[in-house]
Amino acid sequence: MIKNNIKYLAILALGLIACEPEFDNPIDESGIYKSGEADFSNFIALGNSLTAGFADGALYITGQENSFPNILSKQFSLAGGGEFTQPLMADNVGGFAGATEAFPPRLVLAFGEDGSPSPERFTGSSPSTDFSSLGASFSNMGVPGAKSYHLVAEGYGNPAGLQVSPPASNPYFVRFASSANATVLGDAVAQNPTFFTLWIGNNDILSYATSGGVGMDHNITGELNPMNYGPNDITNNMTFAGVYSQLVNGLIANGSKGVLLNLPSVTSLPFFTTVPFAPLSPLNQDFAEQIPALNQTFAGLNAAFTALGVPERAIQFSTTSASPVVIKDESLVDITANLTTAITPAFGPLAPIIAAQYGQARQATAEDLLVLTSSGIIGQPDTDRVTELINLGVPAELAGQLSVKGVSLPLEDQFVLIPAEQTAIENARTAYNATISALAAANGLALYDVASDLNQAANGGIPYNGGIVTSQFVTGGGFSLDGVHPTPRAHAIVTNGIIGAVESTYGASLPSVNPADFGTITVSNEVN
Amino acid sequence: MRKLLLLILFVSVTLVTYAGGYRVSVQGQRAMAMGHTGVAVVNSAELVFFNPAGLVYLENKLNVSVGVSGIFTDVIFQNEDLGISAETDNSIGTPLNIYASYMVNDWMALGLGVYTPYGSEVTWPTDWAGSQLVNNIDLSSIYIQPVVSFKLSEYFSIGGGPIFVVGNVEFNRNAGRTTTDINGNRSNVTIEDSGVTNWGWSVGAMFNPTENFHVGFSYRSEIIIESEDGEATFSNFPNSPNAPQNGTDGFVAELPLPAELTVGLSYEYKKWLFAFDYNRQYWDVYESLDINFNNPRNPDSSNPRNYKNSSVYRFGVQYQATEKIALRAGYYRDETPVQPGFFAPETPRNDSDGFSGGLSFAVTPKLAIDASFFYLRFEEVDASYDFGTNPTTGAREPFGGTYKSSAFAPGIGLTYKM
Repeated sequence: MIKNNIKYLAILALGLIACEPEFDNPIDESGIYKSGEADFSNFIALGNSLTAGFADGALYITGQENSFPNILSKQFSLAGGGEFTQPLMADNVGGFAGATEAFPPRLVLAFGEDGSPSPERFTGSSPSTDFSSLGASFSNMGVPGAKSYHLVAEGYGNPAGLQVSPPASNPYFVRFASSANATVLGDAVAQNPTFFTLWIGNNDILSYATSGGVGMDHNITGELNPMNYGPNDITNNMTFAGVYSQLVNGLIANGSKGVLLNLPSVTSLPFFTTVPFAPLSPLNQDFAEQIPALNQTFAGLNAAFTALGVPERAIQFSTTSASPVVIKDESLVDITANLTTAITPAFGPLAPIIAAQYGQARQATAEDLLVLTSSGIIGQPDTDRVTELINLGVPAELAGQLSVKGVSLPLEDQFVLIPAEQTAIENARTAYNATISALAAANGLALYDVASDLNQAANGGIPYNGGIVTSQFVTGGGFSLDGVHPTPRAHAIVTNGIIGAVESTYGASLPSVNPADFGTITVSNEVN
Repeated sequence: MRKLLLLILFVSVTLVTYAGGYRVSVQGQRAMAMGHTGVAVVNSAELVFFNPAGLVYLENKLNVSVGVSGIFTDVIFQNEDLGISAETDNSIGTPLNIYASYMVNDWMALGLGVYTPYGSEVTWPTDWAGSQLVNNIDLSSIYIQPVVSFKLSEYFSIGGGPIFVVGNVEFNRNAGRTTTDINGNRSNVTIEDSGVTNWGWSVGAMFNPTENFHVGFSYRSEIIIESEDGEATFSNFPNSPNAPQNGTDGFVAELPLPAELTVGLSYEYKKWLFAFDYNRQYWDVYESLDINFNNPRNPDSSNPRNYKNSSVYRFGVQYQATEKIALRAGYYRDETPVQPGFFAPETPRNDSDGFSGGLSFAVTPKLAIDASFFYLRFEEVDASYDFGTNPTTGAREPFGGTYKSSAFAPGIGLTYKM
């Protein structure tokens, strides 16, 4: 009887187990997803801020968690991928403790009392991350700010380099460099990656672009040695090709497979496309009231421009439609001397001062790109310039009139990418991308044409199930509040692009991600 | 006896039932063992639920049936395209039923029933892929019903009575797919209400063409649970005037408990009893789950359900093996009320096949132990809910994949006759 009971209990227990639902083809059982010729067991990501998950002007934990390498590693984990580690920051504030000047907290979208949104620095709590080392051997080796040649530069992670001004090393790499003399490439290779992503070279043109082209273009100077480069310069194409080749050769030396990502156009980035060239609207009451006086002042200058054979430099503000800002175009011939002579009858002793202000000035055209940071200063008085002019003997009222940024005071080089600068950037990008494509083909590596996808985001948008991602600042969903770095949703799109490249190159079969499941920007009114 | 009933009633206020739609067919151990047939089965006080008209044909003056089941449910989800999967972690439901009937005279019987025909408990892992639709939900309702039954003739009787319902709800889900606070914690809303009451009714009729052949009809009215005094808790929203305010708020919501029509027959042949029931459940009343918050800053939530009326076909058989032992078995086909595109993971229900069995053992001529069990088998289904709302854009976003559910419920009860 007892025996029977035990038997029945056993049958009952089996019955309970049999009642558990089970899929015909469970995804966690091997067979559905495949790595193909690739081996995802030790995946290392090399690159810059894009690889690191930098967003909203800072590196912070949730940005890192939503970096494309981290998202990708989760998909890889269903096809033989292993653990993926990241040098996580200490908080979701971003920035470095005690160094907020150079590394400020993240941007959040704050709403004013009138409901108007604006990106502001988060002040809800202070940055708590310091420069101390977390140890080496992280899978995500993206170093914000890194240019191509930085990945092979010894000492780029040397803590001592942070003590000098300007810093000789990068605090993000200091946090996970294996030694003071370590290179990013060396530390990556030391981990024996079986698979890698490499997305580098953006900053070789981007820092020049975001600084409005104040740096040097070494494709013109011919300088090949990065030791002689400034932070905002364009890297010489040959230098880039040499470094990139060194990176690829280093990574594939032990048979690793990988994906190379090319470089998107800066015109894909809202940082360069958000502020219109003609933002001065007569609908703005303050500005509209000044238009007659401004036009009267500029009439004398415009006559001089015509007399000097440069009528295209005439400055005129419309009372019916938005007018272009006034910029300084350093590619124009400086006509200060002749202009001084021409306007002396009208302005007397002030002529040299005024002529100097407009010696290379013109109104912007649709060909010019204003950087995002110009939006906060256009139409604002430059108090330093007012003081300067008063000290030069200009009456206070006129000094004020002549010091309105982008209206009477031409915007400086750093706020505008003029066509010549855009051409320099685009030429370098084209050459870099040719190098990347050639090295991908030569080494049998996968290539993801992310430039093409970002171009689509900027021109119509990338649809997904439930919406569309565009490059529109704040609302488009593709770019974080710094206007340069992608949102988690854009990282998801990049992940899918990489997966597509990996599948076609290596015969892998991987699940994609749904961009709808990834966020965009963060709202918060915890700002000062 | 009355004291005992009250005690059981109040001790078991946390009546929880099982996942898979929120109609739960476990209203009697004997009926359940026979595929939950019973509208035309004259057997026990379970008739209070199945067909009050039949109570007057019970042989004994006093009939009591009590029972409890343990319901084990599980739902699994996966999406092959996205490589995501999840499994519910539901607690064990223990629906209870208590029925009693008393023959006042030879043409009238009174009865009382306490039962739990609607309820649902689904607990997904917090922040799972479908968390914008549900993290967890716990619905329960207790029906308390006095009935009266009149014998109009040997061939025909009627019965019915009012139903008093006490409903409880707790429902948590994330606010959209991506909304978080500054630290990445998912913003979520919980609504909670308990002790929501309302009234309904049921009527039944029984026709006995011969002594061995019964035809039954019963109808239970729809009851709307209207929640007005509950509490909504908003958590982990970003600190922004453009986001809902963290903390509590009031809300108004309605949940219908649909009407149900049953017709059926039973036939007794020697030691055998055969039963067939047809249920029609009027789910079309469940058009939308709308939750309207009191604070205008907190956006109202509209969740189209668009259920359709559905049918259940039930077959049962009983065999009186010995004087003391009756064996039972049953099968039913349960059609889902959920239409394509409206498959929400809070009620992950598709068509199912129910298999049941059980037995009664007469300890004494007056007292019997009833045991039952059923297994509800769901087909694997590729389904989606296409009406999730993006809190930022207001756009409808689909969520779907492959679901598979199961439910298994052993139960035990006592039948007492005097």
